[in-house]
Amino acid sequence: MLVLDRVGKTYPNGVRALDGISLAVKPGEILVVIGGSGCGKSTLLRAVSGLDTPTQGKVVLDGTAITAPHEKIGIIFQEPRLLPWLRAAENVGFGLEQRPRAERRVRVAGALERVGLTDKAWVWPRELSGGQAQRVAIARALVPRPEVLLLDEPFSALDAFTRADLQDHLLHLWADLKPTLIMVTHDVDEAIVVADRIMVMRAHPGRIFEEITCDLPRPRDRQSAAFDFAKRRVLAALDRSLERAIITDDRETKAASGAALWW
Amino acid sequence: MTATVEEAPAERDASRGRLARFARPALGLLLPVGLAVFWEIAVRIGLSNGRLVPPPSVIFDTFVDLASTGELQSHTLATLFRVAAGFVFGVAAGTVFGAIAGYSALTHRLIDPTLQALRAIPSIAWVPLFILWFGIFEASKIILIAVGVFFPVYLGVMGAVLSVDRKIVEVGRAFRLSGFAMVRRILLPAVMPAYVLSLRAGLGLGWMFVLAAEFLGASTGLGFLLIDGQQLGKPAQIVAAIVAFGILGKATDWLIALAAAPFLRWQDVVER
Repeated sequence: MLVLDRVGKTYPNGVRALDGISLAVKPGEILVVIGGSGCGKSTLLRAVSGLDTPTQGKVVLDGTAITAPHEKIGIIFQEPRLLPWLRAAENVGFGLEQRPRAERRVRVAGALERVGLTDKAWVWPRELSGGQAQRVAIARALVPRPEVLLLDEPFSALDAFTRADLQDHLLHLWADLKPTLIMVTHDVDEAIVVADRIMVMRAHPGRIFEEITCDLPRPRDRQSAAFDFAKRRVLAALDRSLERAIITDDRETKAASGAALWW
Repeated sequence: MTATVEEAPAERDASRGRLARFARPALGLLLPVGLAVFWEIAVRIGLSNGRLVPPPSVIFDTFVDLASTGELQSHTLATLFRVAAGFVFGVAAGTVFGAIAGYSALTHRLIDPTLQALRAIPSIAWVPLFILWFGIFEASKIILIAVGVFFPVYLGVMGAVLSVDRKIVEVGRAFRLSGFAMVRRILLPAVMPAYVLSLRAGLGLGWMFVLAAEFLGASTGLGFLLIDGQQLGKPAQIVAAIVAFGILGKATDWLIALAAAPFLRWQDVVER
């Protein structure tokens, strides 16, 4: 169980990126964090990952406070961030350095097969397409079998077709080990395709604005009426979150109204 | 008729490919080889006596003469030893200081201004001081070469460490790499391309400075051969020494490139 207890983050320049975020994520749950730009969703993810430490409150995973990157937590960034000097397979095995060679080989081969890149195992990252590179990055994050996998707008740099493809792919992989997923996105469709629960955030300071449970049966049909209905609900919540930010926070009005146009 | 029309473009493409492969390097050879042949002929038919600008055949003979007496080998070895020793010290110091100056902002502020100020001094200016301090024998020469090698390596390493992609470092952090593992698995490979470039630049300067050092008093070395040729009026010996410098410089540079190639294969952008 991943628990966030009144997590807050104030930057040295006084900007309050996060304020009093409390939430619990069940093992195997898929939580999607959505919100306008600058609402602190990436900051939140980085606090959970241990890459940044919150200035208030704490993040606790299975009873241990997370203050630094943890072996049970994996992260996938917006860019693949593959190490250009390692071949695809070596990138996938990057987190397995401590394991015996034979085990490493089996697990890397398995992971590459799961992401459909067995034939690209010995290719350099620069020879991979954007979608392939992000699949290698997903394999790299999953291969150490994390309990929690964090995704920071992982598909936002890809074209629409590749994006839909990778969303399905991610769910497919998730079904293997059922790690807890926390995904940050600004794509409402993406949120509804993957989420069990959608958390809408609001900026200035970054707070939870609304939680929406998303219990459509899987696999989810992007064309169905139920999908459309869920989408409208999330969009409405987002609209409200941005409006309230404008009303309650006169000083930031200009920045927030600009953000209202983000989709 | 139709057959010729169909074949012609393919044939032209093939011949153009062949032309590109052989003619382009040959094009670069045209000027030097042409000049050499021209000069050889000019001297042979008596247009010039070739005393001050010896023709290629005389230079080649001089080479053979110097090699047969063993002079060429001993002078070459003396120069190679100086460059190698100076290069090793210069690279070692440049790498250490470059890494320190690139690693943290504090050490950068501490040492970089001093080193940049020293860099502004033409290194040859140190020669009189080095001779006073270290004598006129090997030590002062090697130190001068080391100073020459130091700066490009220092700048290269510092720049490379400073410009390591923060996002890639973060990947290392996310996988909980400790300080040493971070250096070995992330920083070292990341700075490798720039490091190799700086080594090659450093080596080039090393060859320049060995010449300066040998000009300023030496009884061995290719630089001595140059001065000796000037004082005894033997232009062929001078040109032979220059050619030897060229060959050695190119060969050592090629050795570094060759040794580094396995580490840089990921970066090799041009497909063969």
